[in-house]
Amino acid sequence: MYVSVKGGEKAINNAHSWLSEIRRGDVNIAELNIKQISEQLTLSVDRVMSEGSLYDKDLSALAIKQSRGDLIEAIFLMRAYRTTLPRIGSSKPIETSKMLCLRRISATFKDIPGKQKLGPTFDYTHRLLDFKLLADGEYEKAKIEKYDDKEIPHVLSFLNKEGLIQKEIPSGRTSKDITRNPINFPLTRSERLQSLSRGDEGFLLGLAYSTQRGYARNHAFVGELRTGYVEVQFEIPELGIEINIADVMFTECESVNQFKGSKKIPAQFTRGYGLVFGQLERKAISMALVDRSMRWREFGEEYLGVAAQDEEFVISHCDNIQATGFLEHIKLPHYVDFQAELDLVRKIREEYKKNEQRT
Amino acid sequence: MKNESRKQWLSYLATADENYLISLWDNLNMKIEYNWLREPEIGSVMVQGKAGVTGDNFNVGEVTITRCSLSLDKKIQGHGYVQGRNKYKSKIAALCDALMQTEKKEIIKRNIIDKLIKYKNNKRNEILSKTEATKVDFFTLVRGEDK
Repeated sequence: MYVSVKGGEKAINNAHSWLSEIRRGDVNIAELNIKQISEQLTLSVDRVMSEGSLYDKDLSALAIKQSRGDLIEAIFLMRAYRTTLPRIGSSKPIETSKMLCLRRISATFKDIPGKQKLGPTFDYTHRLLDFKLLADGEYEKAKIEKYDDKEIPHVLSFLNKEGLIQKEIPSGRTSKDITRNPINFPLTRSERLQSLSRGDEGFLLGLAYSTQRGYARNHAFVGELRTGYVEVQFEIPELGIEINIADVMFTECESVNQFKGSKKIPAQFTRGYGLVFGQLERKAISMALVDRSMRWREFGEEYLGVAAQDEEFVISHCDNIQATGFLEHIKLPHYVDFQAELDLVRKIREEYKKNEQRT
Repeated sequence: MKNESRKQWLSYLATADENYLISLWDNLNMKIEYNWLREPEIGSVMVQGKAGVTGDNFNVGEVTITRCSLSLDKKIQGHGYVQGRNKYKSKIAALCDALMQTEKKEIIKRNIIDKLIKYKNNKRNEILSKTEATKVDFFTLVRGEDK
């Protein structure tokens, strides 16, 4: 008996040629360039950097172009490229209180030092399609106003001073880089935060929403949300001098959640934290809510058996590249596996028939 | 202090807009002899955050970095650590770093470093003034019964 074990080479090559042509689209229409993508599809670019876990706008735009706008495919390309890069080192922890903010709001306090600043937001738009954008070139210019260049303190630091909120104190526990070491449950909070920050926005949004609907009770407010540029400080190994090696845009969310208290400590608010590359506030808020729900053990809360409390469930499934890798591989040839299953089913059926005849 | 000023110029070179830095350098039209200590290489730096602003450090993700090192003679070395993947930008940064330690310091400072500082300050001012324009002013209304 002959079994085909090779083949499809021509089919694959031709499929890829067609992919290349269809990616280009109608040749009578101008080709997209990378700068157009990185300047005009900024939030797609941000998402690919965040979930690709690599901050580089041009690469992200290239990945989006190459993947025909399929963002998970683009994230896959970023991750694959990332693994080829030698790691030069690790930065000092960033100081988000020194952020050059484009946006900074609090949903818990109206009057705050540094004020509420909306920045370039979709909030308060009417979500009506704007047919003016079908025509060419028209846009409004941003308004400008005189400012004070003062550091904008974190809103929750005011609650901190009164002791009304649980303090975030370094635990002294060492955490592993999850991209370099296999993860072992239970994880440290730092390992969870690293996973969440590169996790899938849709998955985190769904989980965060589930906590709001009651699957892990921790009613959340957005204590503060800020987006802007932060200086990344890195020590040059040859010189021992710390320099501002990169300017990176982040969105940070601090949530304020319901209380915890005991006989020894009076009731206090608790908090969750979200920090992601780019202007991705839906994801930053989702991350803060999911971070908070996974802290139940630390706060001595009841385990309700819901998805958002279960770190093994959340962390094992929030990575869309792991997920899509495993999911999509089942469409690749499994002829031999399936042949074995087929043989097995046939054999079981034969035995069943034999048994039936006997009785 | 020497380290303070070196820290400053290295920082502005690292985060410079690459096209702007390249045009500034190319306009100077300097022919510099140098030897590679490390040819430009692209890599990454892991960026760390702090849980809840003040808690434990955690890894957020990586940023692309290009670095190289060169020497003008046996004594003077320049290091070019820059954001992004542009090897030419990295080489320019290393050359500027080296030249800032020579008698050409003033030329580099005036034509490159000072301009990078101005460029970055302008960007910062632009963002701050646009952000300020979106500041929310709350109005308080006097209620009738308070008359």
